[in-house]
Amino acid sequence: MSDTTAHDAEHHDDHGDHGHHVVPLSLLFGVFLILMFLTVITVAVTKFDFGYELNLVVAMAIALVKAVFVGLYFMHLRWDAPLNGFILVTSLLFVTLFIAFTLIDTGQYATFQEAAAIRGSAP
Amino acid sequence: MSDHAHDHDHPPHLAHHFETSEQQMESGKLGMWVFLATEILMFGGLFCAYSVYRANHPEVFLFAHQYLDTMWGAINTAVLLASSFTMAWGVRAAQLGQKSILIIMLSLTLLGGFGFMVIKTIEYSGKYSHDIWVGGLNGFYQKDGLLLNPEGNYEALHYLDEKKAKKYGKDAHGDDHGDHAHGDSHAAHHGEDTHAEATPVVEVSGIGRPAAAEAGLIPSLTEYKAAIPTGGEAFVTGVGAEQIAYHGSHYPEFDELAPMDHNSTHIFFQIYFMMTGLHGIHVLIGMGLITWILVKSIAGAFSPAYYTPVDLVGLYWHLVDLIWIFLFPLLYLIH
Repeated sequence: MSDTTAHDAEHHDDHGDHGHHVVPLSLLFGVFLILMFLTVITVAVTKFDFGYELNLVVAMAIALVKAVFVGLYFMHLRWDAPLNGFILVTSLLFVTLFIAFTLIDTGQYATFQEAAAIRGSAP
Repeated sequence: MSDHAHDHDHPPHLAHHFETSEQQMESGKLGMWVFLATEILMFGGLFCAYSVYRANHPEVFLFAHQYLDTMWGAINTAVLLASSFTMAWGVRAAQLGQKSILIIMLSLTLLGGFGFMVIKTIEYSGKYSHDIWVGGLNGFYQKDGLLLNPEGNYEALHYLDEKKAKKYGKDAHGDDHGDHAHGDSHAAHHGEDTHAEATPVVEVSGIGRPAAAEAGLIPSLTEYKAAIPTGGEAFVTGVGAEQIAYHGSHYPEFDELAPMDHNSTHIFFQIYFMMTGLHGIHVLIGMGLITWILVKSIAGAFSPAYYTPVDLVGLYWHLVDLIWIFLFPLLYLIH
C-alpha cells in the first residue's frame, strides 16, 4: 500500500494512511487488459469440446476469475474494510446454497416420460 | 467533539451524526455493499431458475442458445468491461481531485452504457421480429402440448436456419422444416466437425416419433403418452444417450428434442429475456446515476475530501458488469 500512495504523493492524500486507497492507473489498465483477454479466452474455449459439464465448469471458472479481478481492483475490495468483502461473499454463499438445495430437490422428481414409463412397467 | 463550536467547523458534506469524513464514507460504503448483496440475492432467484431448467432440459439450452449471437454478446462484454474500467478511472480521478478527467471518464462510462443498450436493442428487436419473445408471442410457446403460434414457430425455425446458413457459409435450406434428413444435412454442414457425418443422429429418447412431428407440428401430450413404451428403457437408453450423441457433433435440431423439451423450449427464452431484461434495467438505472454524478461533478461538487457518490455509483456499475460476466457465458456460450 505504501508504494502506491507514494506514487500519488503529490496529490491530496490527506486522509491518513488507511482507507481511500488510490489505485495506480497502470494497475487499473492491467486489470482491464486481463479482463479483455479472459473474455477472448472464454469465447475461444467453446471451440473445444470438453463435454457438456466440463465446458460449463471451464466457462464458470473463467467468469469467477474475472469477477475476482473486478471485485478486488475495480471495486477496491483489496484495500477496503474486510466487512465489505465479507458481505459480498456471504451473499454469494447464500445464493449458492439456494441454487444447490433447489437442484438437489428438482433432481428427485421423475420427468413425465420417466413417470409414465415406470407406471407402465408396474405389474 | 460535542462542543458547540464544532458545528461551524466541520466540512459542509459531513453529516452531524458522523465524527469524521472517513467514518461517513466508510458507513456509506458499508450500506452500499449491503444493498449490492440484496441485488445479488435478487439475481440469485433468476440464476436459480436458470440452473433448474438447464439441469432438467440440457438439450433445450443446446438448441435454443443458437438464437443468441455470440459476437454481439462478446462485444457487449467488452463494452461493459471498458466502461467499468473508465468508471474505476473516474473514481481515481475523483480521489485525486482531477475534475476534468473525472468528467471525461464519467462521460465515457455513460457512452459505454449507451452502447450496451443499443446493442441489446439490436438483439432484442431481431428476436422480436422473428417470433422469439416472451409468453405467447414466442413461436415455441405451447399450451397442453399444442403450439399456440404455429406461424411463429415456422418463422422462428426458419430464422435459425438462415442464421446457421450464414454462420457456416452455406446457402439457406428451403422450407422443409421438421424433415429428419434436413437435420442430418445440418450436421454434415459443420465445416470443422469432420466426424459429424460419422456420428449418427440418435433416435430421440427411444420413443416412437408420432407422425405429426414429421410434418413439423407438435402433437398433443396424449399422442406422446400413447407413444411411450411400457418398459423402463425409454429414459435409460434414450435421454442420457442423446445428450452425449448431440454433443460434439452438432447442436440438436428442434425436431430432435424430446417431447418434454418441446414443451420447455420457450422457457429458455423467458429466462434469457428476464435475466438480460433485469440486467438491462440495471444498466439504465446505472446510466441515470452516472448522469446525476456527471452533472454534480461539472458543478464541482466533488473533491478529494468528498467523493462518496462517485465511489458508490462506481460500485453499482461494477456490480452490473459483474453480473454480465456470468450472464454472457451462461446464455451465449453453451456448448
